[in-house]
Amino acid sequence: MTDMDQATYAVSGAIGSLGARVIFDRIEKRYGSVVAVDDVSLDISPGEFITLLGPSGSGKTTTLMMLAGFEIPTAGEIYVDEDPIAAVPPYRRNIGMVFQNYALFPHMTVGENIAFPLQMRKMSKAEITRQSGEVLDLVGLPGYEGRYPRQLSGGQQQRVAVARALVFNPRVLLMDEPLGALDKQLREHLQLEIKALHEQLGVTIIYVTHDQEEALVMSDRIAVMNNGRIEQCGRPTELYDEPSTRFVATFIGESNFIDAVVERLDGTAVCVEAPGLGELRAPMRSGLTAGAPVMLTVRPEKIVAVGDENGMAADMNVVTGTVDDVVFVGEMRRYVVVLPGAQRLVLKAQNRRGVQGFARGDPIRVCWNVDDCRIV
Amino acid sequence: MTASTPAALPRPDAAAVSRTRRRTRPPLSLSRVLLWIVVAVVLAYLVFPVFIVAPVSFSSAKYLQFPPPGWSLQWYENYLNRPGWVPATFVSIRVAIITTLLATTLGTAASLALVRGRFPGRNAINSFMVSPLVVPGIIVAIGIYFFYAQAKLVGNPLGLAFAHTALALPFVVTNVSATLHGFDERLEYAAMNLGANRWQTFRRVTLPIIRPGVFAGALFAFITSFDELIVALFVSGSGAVTLPRKMWDSLRQEIDPTIAAVSTILITLSVAILLSAELLRQRSERIRTATWIAEEEELGARE
Repeated sequence: MTDMDQATYAVSGAIGSLGARVIFDRIEKRYGSVVAVDDVSLDISPGEFITLLGPSGSGKTTTLMMLAGFEIPTAGEIYVDEDPIAAVPPYRRNIGMVFQNYALFPHMTVGENIAFPLQMRKMSKAEITRQSGEVLDLVGLPGYEGRYPRQLSGGQQQRVAVARALVFNPRVLLMDEPLGALDKQLREHLQLEIKALHEQLGVTIIYVTHDQEEALVMSDRIAVMNNGRIEQCGRPTELYDEPSTRFVATFIGESNFIDAVVERLDGTAVCVEAPGLGELRAPMRSGLTAGAPVMLTVRPEKIVAVGDENGMAADMNVVTGTVDDVVFVGEMRRYVVVLPGAQRLVLKAQNRRGVQGFARGDPIRVCWNVDDCRIV
Repeated sequence: MTASTPAALPRPDAAAVSRTRRRTRPPLSLSRVLLWIVVAVVLAYLVFPVFIVAPVSFSSAKYLQFPPPGWSLQWYENYLNRPGWVPATFVSIRVAIITTLLATTLGTAASLALVRGRFPGRNAINSFMVSPLVVPGIIVAIGIYFFYAQAKLVGNPLGLAFAHTALALPFVVTNVSATLHGFDERLEYAAMNLGANRWQTFRRVTLPIIRPGVFAGALFAFITSFDELIVALFVSGSGAVTLPRKMWDSLRQEIDPTIAAVSTILITLSVAILLSAELLRQRSERIRTATWIAEEEELGARE
């Protein structure tokens, strides 16, 4: 694979190559009796930007390390373009990686850092110089070859790390919390830069983060991990609008949860009985039986306060309660509503002319579209 | 060394430089004066013998006498002319060099295993490795003597070097281990990820970064062997007489200022080794800083 990549490079003379397809096939990693990664399967398309999102200890970094070759799965196989690689040593995998805190070699200059992977591939000096210059142009640091990493700012170090990971033209690029050490503004800037780089190069990127916003902004698909398993994998909008587990609903964005019991299934919708609230409806989902305790989840911004008028549309869930708290957050007001049965509901109302305001203690009637809530 | 750096460099390092420069002296108080006095007394106590031995070695008297009644180089002449002294010096240097090479290589490898490895008995092995530091030298010497007597290694410089290697290992292991503990393992991961196999990773990344620790360990190993007496007394026989052993022998026969001359040479040599090591270290650092300054100037010119 290495030879082929280098041949492609020599012909095209440009950084960047078609991304590879990566398949995790029922991967498991145990340390003694602790299961760090549990039955993870993932099919990543060539050129895709996929994020493994989860809290620390969720197994996302371990999964990445198995792809890089620093951990060996205790079960399952990993394929890069149909080739099983679980037993290939890391230095023969030809997979680029940007480490947390960058792992730049402190005793080498930027130029030497970037030349390192090329020297390991026994390239000629002239070729190394040419390619290093090219990749530094790509990340916006031309002429920085002679600096030492400690003479660079955090953002510049991050770019050098990306340049070093890309210079040998890998078809897969792994990024392990690459922006974790930077301040918020720089982080947001670099998010867009990495995304642009991805679109320009076509390399498959597997990105690890615990920052849900970062994941939503950058990814084609997100795999949410928890306790070593993938809870849900899908496009950012899918995960946000249609969370399939309670964990996903909590981890990505803010969510309300209402305890309820399944009453009946009518083919297109699930009717649940929530104590004190009466019948609520949610989109159909499989695996439910009447009488089962469930949770109904709905995003705060999907809930609107309505007047007393009767004759609500049939596809709305309506509940009434009392305003318990109001927080003004600039573009919107955040209301905490106490419902009968002591359940709480948070809703966000746009701060706009014509939107009725409420005060603490006011009775309030709120509703949301049936399609905006989920049973989890 | 960084004093030559212009103060207004737009680099984070520049801030650090000016911070150290601006460091003000704490106010003079009674406790500080007392501290200085205590420090001076301790230092004087440590260095005092040198101030006796060095003058005596240049003495014109026939016996050890202080202060010397006059000056002469006769005892240095003695060192060069009397049989045994110069060969003993070379044996010492040879044994110390072999010890340094062996102890540094083995000790570095052992440190890597002890710091990185996860295997049963790691702590026990670690304690065992540093045990020569706590076991009385005489015990070690007797043990080695009986073993060497059977192995026919008594009087063999290589045998002595092996024994000294065991004594020097703890210094290498403790120094290299300390450096390894502060070493970011992700650098090795990064090297392997970029295509370096284990050996290349060690050569190109690990070793250059832990070099100060390895170097310090090597220095300790050299000095340990160079002035070791007890083991040498037991196993140097007649074929591997080292300088400390020769000094011991001559002390038992006659006490004259030759011993002071040899001591002075020994001290000078040790100080020279330590100094040159420090100079080497500073020079390698200055080269790095120099590249940086050159780069700064070039950038400044371009802007």
